[in-house]
Amino acid sequence: MGVRLDGTIARGDFRASLSLEVADGEVLGVLGPNGAGKSTVLRTLAGLLPLVDGELRLDETLLDGPDAAVFVQPEQRPVGIVFQDYRLFPHLDVLDNVAFAARCRGLRRRASRAYAAAWLDRLGVAELAGRRPDQVSGGQAQRVALARALAREPRLLLLDEPLAALDTRTRMEVRTELRRHLAAFRGPTVLVTHDPLEAMVMTDRLLVLEAGRVVQDAPPAEVARRPATPFVARLVGINLYAGELDPATSTVRLDGGGTLVAASEPGTAGRVLVGLRPSAITLHVAHPDRASTRNAWPGRVLGLELLGDRVRVQVEGEPSALVDVTPGAVAELGISPGLEVWLTAKATETDAYPDVATLPA
Amino acid sequence: MTGAPRARRRTPWPLAAPAILGLALLVLPLVGLLVRTPWRDLVGVLGQAEVLDALRLSLGCATIATAIALVLGVPLAWVLARSQARGIALLRSLVTLPLVLPPVVGGVALLFAFGRTGLLGRWLDSWFGITIPFTTAAVVLAETFVAMPFLVVTVEGALRAADQGYDEAAATLGASRLTVFRRVTLPLVRPSLVAGAVLCWARALGEFGATITFAGNLQGVTRTMPLEVYLAMQTDPVAATALSLVLLLVSVVVLVGLRDRWLSAGAR
Repeated sequence: MGVRLDGTIARGDFRASLSLEVADGEVLGVLGPNGAGKSTVLRTLAGLLPLVDGELRLDETLLDGPDAAVFVQPEQRPVGIVFQDYRLFPHLDVLDNVAFAARCRGLRRRASRAYAAAWLDRLGVAELAGRRPDQVSGGQAQRVALARALAREPRLLLLDEPLAALDTRTRMEVRTELRRHLAAFRGPTVLVTHDPLEAMVMTDRLLVLEAGRVVQDAPPAEVARRPATPFVARLVGINLYAGELDPATSTVRLDGGGTLVAASEPGTAGRVLVGLRPSAITLHVAHPDRASTRNAWPGRVLGLELLGDRVRVQVEGEPSALVDVTPGAVAELGISPGLEVWLTAKATETDAYPDVATLPA
Repeated sequence: MTGAPRARRRTPWPLAAPAILGLALLVLPLVGLLVRTPWRDLVGVLGQAEVLDALRLSLGCATIATAIALVLGVPLAWVLARSQARGIALLRSLVTLPLVLPPVVGGVALLFAFGRTGLLGRWLDSWFGITIPFTTAAVVLAETFVAMPFLVVTVEGALRAADQGYDEAAATLGASRLTVFRRVTLPLVRPSLVAGAVLCWARALGEFGATITFAGNLQGVTRTMPLEVYLAMQTDPVAATALSLVLLLVSVVVLVGLRDRWLSAGAR
């Protein structure tokens, strides 16, 4: 049981063919840059957009199938959706917003309000019942929107950038809480986001969408460790290189110039991606003579950026890399833009894996 | 406050002069009306049975016309705003036609449609024995014809400008299209709905050309206030002035009542 979509989604001139499956109790994150088709996926699942071809099934019930001439209208689908801008009805108070779905099911005003009050209580915002949507904060509105969607008693829950409209502080609070509510939801959940942290913390599996196609479908940890595209690598803060692996020497000839000796699973050969964490690279001002590090190459510092308790150094070379060092090391080595440096990385920290998505040039 | 007048910028005279002339053109006639009003005879004039008949007829017909416009016009506005059917643009301009059509022409057109020998009137007459022209129903029909477009245009504009995201949200919560319309769309455009209805009512109240052509000029049956004013002007200018004042008063009340609604509708 769960939801399964296999087909072509469309919005205007945009087309994307994809296949996704989410099991009961699973939270699927859809991650991707703007315009990748993330929201189109959600809108198609909700019935706000029709499939061009293929099939959409929820618990084996066909919801959308152009071939079978089936299209279940959004109001007939057991789907709850939390919009990015929440879309709380401005002319109704919070209680009536949450009671809306129950009223549509035919419940009397009184019963539907009691039902809505229980949901508000469950989400810890019972005291907001009498307020208008413009009288609640962003974090509160988010909870109310979730309560309203859950009060629909959906079989499928959809969240469109649920934290995007919140400020950083509130986001942290709500993230933890949302994770808890998602865990309590028994059906499948699809969560669209472009925030990697949100994707890592709240999802069980990640679908990375780029330019209308799925480039990766894996658990968040796997995506973070072995990003399939430069976009994901940038998001998770990893140096990513494409190249050709020679299994005999464990050497990868990089497309952009330079070579790296890398660790890989047996049998890996040909087109590979090499992931290298910025913290796994060391900077030196003189040529490192130690033989223990198999990868050593020269470069020039382009810039520095302070990230919390460490400094991210941008180094140009073959290959170019982001390197994380301590503020102390910056002072000690005198790192500043223009400085010629040597980079070293252990082969064991250099992870080569098959390039399945084939990088766009 | 204190510094503001000093820093105020002057309006250039090529703008100021026509602006003042324009204002004078609009306000002067009203001032003239007030100056010439026979305040002393006012009560006497307004107490005449003929005048009361006209006033009652005017208010009644305008209200009924507005009610009809609401019942028919709001769904029409919704269809015009939301339909994706081809030819909807043509329909939209057809609906606005009565806005620019000389009312007398509207009256003639109504005669051709609902007159005894008219397109539809022929059947009404021979099947049901109903004749519309020169009855109170004709007054209501003429007023609806002329005034409903005001309501339709106002509400349609609001529906177009309204955020359809709310409609979508309602649909995903299980609301049928009719429920969405009733419980979300309509409440959200309520300020424009009120504004449109008031405009419609005011236009219906002042209707002259189509009424006199299609409904005639029978006291107590089709002679509304504007007709009464026109008639009085030929014989008793004092009475005409008094009647005009009443209409002016009604207009001002409507305008003041509308102002806030109008502004809040625009701000949405």
